[in-house]
Amino acid sequence: MGLSALAFYVVAGVTLVSALGVVVARSVVYAALLLILSLVMTGLIYLLLLADFLALIQILVYGGTVSILLLFALMLTPPETRPQLNHRGWALGAVSSGALFVLLLVASLADTWPAAGAVRHIGLVDLGRALFSTWAVPFEVASVVLLVALLGALTIARSTSPSSKIAPRASA
Amino acid sequence: MVPIEHIMVFTGALFSIGVYGVMARRNAVLVLMAIELMLNAVAINLVAFGTLVYPGQINGMVFAIFVVTIAAAELGLGLAIVLRVYRMRSSINVDDINLMRW
Repeated sequence: MGLSALAFYVVAGVTLVSALGVVVARSVVYAALLLILSLVMTGLIYLLLLADFLALIQILVYGGTVSILLLFALMLTPPETRPQLNHRGWALGAVSSGALFVLLLVASLADTWPAAGAVRHIGLVDLGRALFSTWAVPFEVASVVLLVALLGALTIARSTSPSSKIAPRASA
Repeated sequence: MVPIEHIMVFTGALFSIGVYGVMARRNAVLVLMAIELMLNAVAINLVAFGTLVYPGQINGMVFAIFVVTIAAAELGLGLAIVLRVYRMRSSINVDDINLMRW
């Protein structure tokens, strides 16, 4: 087993354990911190898969922006006072996700793929060329999607009037 | 490098953990986190196929970049909705949010 394969198994194990921690942790802050660990480990997996630019993007976008956004949202919302796990949802989620995992396991082991031979590193220049030639239209659409999401998030999160901010809270 | 099947099993497990989180968690922010886990699993799979099964082809990586873009947009909108719902309902428990039920 090569060094990169060993590194992959270690990183994948850490990712799985921290992802499991995200969904079972009692404290929401622990869940957020474990999510950050899991996302950064995903960046390492990209690095091992020779996608170095994507690893950079992953750590910048997820490790930086997304985690800060999530921590802000956790700060602005109250910690759950009732138990985190919904009884009905817990059983349903365990059964359905277990069934889904078995299905994915069978599906991924059922077919044989050509063994990983000589992997080729794809440079940043090739990636940029592909993004702006073959994938130019989806790229531009993605930028419009980001703009719409930005404006939509602003519109939704902004309070419409001072009175609407207080009234529902007093009634609840 | 590792065989593609191992990566598929790993991403399948990651996706299933995300599904479990979406179904079992009540806090809406934690549900969004579980969705991020699922999107990550899919993106890893795309990159793994691009690198290991079709070496030299760039499409897997490009798709993964689009997944990251859409995930960022989705998370921003989702958190805005969560904050809005909290302001309206004083709760972000997904069991309490039945505004659109008829």
